[in-house]
Amino acid sequence: MKWFTAWRRRPWAGYAVVLAALAIIGVAYAGASSSADRAQASDTSASAQDVAKGKELFNQTCSSCHGPNAEGTKIAPSLIGVGAASVDFQVGTGRMPASNPGAQIPRKKPIFNKEQIQQIAAYVASLGGGPPVPSSDQVDPAHGDSALGGELFRANCAQCHNFAGSGGALTGGKYAPSLDKATPTQIYEAMITGPQAMPVFNDTTVTPAQKRAIIAYVTQTRDEPNPGGSGLGRIGPVAEGLVGWLVGIGFMVVAAMWLTARKPKKKQPND
Amino acid sequence: MTDNNDTSDATPEEEGRVPKRVIGTPAPSGTQELVPRKEPADTGGAYVLDERKARNAERVAAAFFGLSFVGGIAFIVFYAVWPGHVGNIDRATRSNYTLGISLTLVLLGIAVGLTIWVRHLVTTPEIVQERHAISSTPEDRATFNQYLQEGSRESGLGQRKLLRRTLLLATAPLGLLPLVLLRDLGPLPEKKLRHTTWKNGTRLVVDGTGLPLKASDFNSPGGIITVVPEGAEHNLDEIATGAVLLLNVPVDLLKVKKGRENWHVGGIIAYSKICTHVGCPAALYEQTTHHILCPCHQSTFDALDSAKVIFGPAARPLPQLPIGVDSEGYLIATSDFKEPVGPSFWERGRTKA
Repeated sequence: MKWFTAWRRRPWAGYAVVLAALAIIGVAYAGASSSADRAQASDTSASAQDVAKGKELFNQTCSSCHGPNAEGTKIAPSLIGVGAASVDFQVGTGRMPASNPGAQIPRKKPIFNKEQIQQIAAYVASLGGGPPVPSSDQVDPAHGDSALGGELFRANCAQCHNFAGSGGALTGGKYAPSLDKATPTQIYEAMITGPQAMPVFNDTTVTPAQKRAIIAYVTQTRDEPNPGGSGLGRIGPVAEGLVGWLVGIGFMVVAAMWLTARKPKKKQPND
Repeated sequence: MTDNNDTSDATPEEEGRVPKRVIGTPAPSGTQELVPRKEPADTGGAYVLDERKARNAERVAAAFFGLSFVGGIAFIVFYAVWPGHVGNIDRATRSNYTLGISLTLVLLGIAVGLTIWVRHLVTTPEIVQERHAISSTPEDRATFNQYLQEGSRESGLGQRKLLRRTLLLATAPLGLLPLVLLRDLGPLPEKKLRHTTWKNGTRLVVDGTGLPLKASDFNSPGGIITVVPEGAEHNLDEIATGAVLLLNVPVDLLKVKKGRENWHVGGIIAYSKICTHVGCPAALYEQTTHHILCPCHQSTFDALDSAKVIFGPAARPLPQLPIGVDSEGYLIATSDFKEPVGPSFWERGRTKA
């Protein structure tokens, strides 16, 4: 530890520690958000060939958890009746196949291409019922009433996903993800299928037109510019206050240390 | 900078041998007492600047003052050229950036310049400030006591007990008068906090669309929607107390409290959306655990068990709204909430108003 004692006696050691701490906190706060590819919605026409190919893919990749006939096991639920929309959402966002069973399965780069996802979806849909993948018109934000969507979003979605869709924390390590990467189709699918902890908003409670309005609100909101520079996750005054404290007060602490530090001895004439 | 706790009484000849100490490290053995530092007498305690370095510091400080001036001019120019209040939001963004950066230059330039000035150009002679004792002289104090005793004797405060006691009596209520004035802060809320617009037959309408909801439509397990009383969809005062979280939970998992058997419709259950802690919208519902969470202070309620508090600062469950179905199949309230919604207030525990 000699080197450490020597190091911390340097005049600049104190500043270096404060700066390093600030940098670490800043980096941790900014977080490295992994980029995920957008999965596009497929159309819903499913042939017998698709179903057969889907079954093959299912057996290779999904059956170890969900069972050979998708009947479910101790570690994964039954997929009978969940429908094509659920498959398209879970596989298309890369959440399935899950890499790690934890509080919540995160979004990642999907391992299947669009066609393969459609085939698996066709197979799961063939097992019985469930909501289909929405059509591109159903999810087209250009046809949605974003004012109505905003009202519905604030009443029913904002408590978890934040008013600008930035996401937020839930209990026990679960979280409501940010909606920045979700495609309009995925937003629709999440509403009708209720993935993980998310509740279900079925079509008779929130009509398809109202869902499209919500999609219009979400997509418009994330395209809003940030007049102050960084949006800080758009979680409101909390983020701004945090930055104010860490950066502003941190800077003032460094400045105060410097100003009050004992000055080096000035040269004396008789030296 | 590290020798300000220097406890050695080293003479100038010895100084070279004494290692510099870091704040907080123990004193060198054998030097236990704090003694004043000795300054070389021939400089009169004042340090003399190295003129070459001082010139340098002067130039650097002047450069920062110059930078500050440039920033000030830039601010005025940017303000005139790019007014942020006209045009679109991109223009406002550019305006914010340019004004912010130039104003930063102004303030930072002055601050840095002044700091360099203080740190490199101001000499700091060490001086001793002679102070008088703070207390008055013994004579003054004796005289004061004497006056006080004389005054007390002459006024008769010591002898005339009746006067002394009635004077105390007269002043005691004076201290209470400001408390009485607090009454003017307003009338008590009385029944307002105990009742919402919900009553028997009020339909549940979806917040945002104002459309009534049929029990047969709200049929997905794990479903949730915010509903408000029909007729008050646009009355923010009524919604503020009457907002309700409607959930569809598995009916076989529902632990129905005694006396609340008819309060749900086949697993469709309604709780006040207003947290009983400080009134935030408690509406983060996890369909996997059936927990309702409040985003402000993480109060967590169990939707399956009459919204019992399972975590957090809330003191009581979310009030449950008794609901039923009308002749057309629409969801209705069958009465008002049976207890006040929202956070605590003083009279809450008293008998029903």
